[in-house]
Parts: sequence; structure tokens; C-alpha cells
Amino acid sequence: MAKLTLEMLRTLRKEQQKTMVKRDPTNKDMHVIVGMGTCGIAAGAKDAFSAKGITNVLVRQTGCMGLCHSEPTVEVIVSGMPGVIYGNVTKDVAKQIVQDHLIGKKLLDNHICDKPAIDIIHK
Amino acid sequence: MHATVCDMIADLVQNSIEAGASQMTLEVSTGPEKVDVSVVDNGKGMDEITQQKAMEPFYSEAGKHDHRCVGLGLPLVLQTVEAAGGIVTIQSNLGRGTTVRFHFDIKHWDAPPMGNLAQTVLGLMTFRNTTNLILKRKTPAGSYEVSQNDLVDALGNLQEAGALILAKEYIESQESDLDQSNQPD
Repeated sequence: MAKLTLEMLRTLRKEQQKTMVKRDPTNKDMHVIVGMGTCGIAAGAKDAFSAKGITNVLVRQTGCMGLCHSEPTVEVIVSGMPGVIYGNVTKDVAKQIVQDHLIGKKLLDNHICDKPAIDIIHK
Repeated sequence: MHATVCDMIADLVQNSIEAGASQMTLEVSTGPEKVDVSVVDNGKGMDEITQQKAMEPFYSEAGKHDHRCVGLGLPLVLQTVEAAGGIVTIQSNLGRGTTVRFHFDIKHWDAPPMGNLAQTVLGLMTFRNTTNLILKRKTPAGSYEVSQNDLVDALGNLQEAGALILAKEYIESQESDLDQSNQPD
């Protein structure tokens, strides 16, 4: 890969943002939150954490989500769909999440681990 | 969990973030003989007694994340590096910051592998947007420096997937350029 400079980075970002605005008239961001507590990292969260494809997604890291038995975990929030937490997210499951949930707007029923309890949802 | 040097780096930088550092400088020097890593932060630092306790297993500052913190980060770095014939040092000033440094012989039987530095640094630079992580990377044939602030300046919010993808490409391109310069002719 040719070495990128910060100037090149700026230019690439501007071009990327122009394409983004064209594609999504509603401009609502989707949220993907990756549990990156040490248990998540040990289980392979760093592999699941590889954004690809669509760009109107906010990817955040959080510490332990308390679901250590199902790490790596990824929480996905897409407007118009229920918020869900997926467990045991491998690289392949991560790709499926992008393809089916973020793009196809369908839940991956087999991988849903948990939903945040009603009383802790702030909205 | 401490299988690679990058796992250890991730633990040390997270310690700095949890100590309230607003800036961390990570220096990673690699060569044919050794690996030398240091993490310098401006977090709240530790007094002498805490410094000693920190290197012991199952010590963690109360209140950090009580329900799940085990307190093995530094002891595992110590164990891994010493098993490879290396040395770990901590210097800290209460109220000013901490420096953790380790180095070991890359040819030692038990030397840990490097891991994926670009991916690790990317993860650390996007962990919190209240801190600035600076990476100073040195090898015999070349070096580069990249800071979180530079990336945010060029790309905007690093939590946006588009910015994340480009930041990853940027760091990976710096690393692969170094790899090429360090190849034997």
C-alpha cells in the first residue's frame, strides 16, 4: 500500500462525505457499539471491529457490557428497528451484521444475545 | 490475553486513559535485536507505595470498574516480558503522570509476537475522544509519527465508519511502508 499523507487523507474524506450525502437523504446515523472490555478483546472483539462498506455508521467502543459469557458482543442501533445486542460475534457474523442488519434492515435472529432492560434505556 | 506485544500495549494505554490522562505518547521501536515500548501519560500518577502494589497481581484502584476489574494488567506484562529476558520499569509522579517502559530481546525463545500494531493503535485512538494518543514508531530503516488529533483534524469524528476506514488505511500504509524499507535487499 502506498504511504498516505495527511493531505491525501483529507481529500479522501471529503470525497467520501460527498458520496455519503448523495446516498442517504435522511442522514440518520446507525450506531454499532463493540464491547471492548478485556474479556471482549480476549474473545476476539478486535477482529469483529473492522468497519467496512457503508459509512453512515457510528462505531463506538465500550468497556465490558457484562455479557462475558457471550463475548465478543456488538450492540446495534438502527432507527426504525429494535436495539439489539448480538453475542458470539465472529468475523463472519460481523460481516453478516453489516450485510443483513445495517444494509438489509433485518435482524440476525440466531445471534441475538440480549436487549438492554427497559429501565436502563435512556430515550 | 497477553499473547502479543499489542495486547500489552492496549492494556497499558487503557490504564493511562483510566488514570485520567488527556495525552499519551506510545513509542514502539523494533529492530533485528529487540523490541522497546514505552507509554508516557499525563494522568494522575501514583505514589511509591501504589507503584509497588500496581505491579502485584489482583491490585486495582478501587472505583475504576469494581465489578469486573481483575487487576492483572501490569503483572501480566511483567511476567511476559521477564519470561523473554526483558525488563519492565515504571516511573510515576503523583499528580503528574506515569511512564511504563519495557524491552526484550526479539530472538529469545519466549519472546511474544508483535501482533497487529495498526489495528491496535486504531482501536486505542478511537476508544475515547477526550484523549490524544501519539504514536512514535521507530525502526532501523525509518520512522513515522501519527497522532489522534492529526487524524481527527483530517477526518472529523473518528467514530464515523467512513473516518474509521480511512484512519485504518492511513496507519496501515505507514506500517507497510516501514516493512518495505526494512526488507533485506
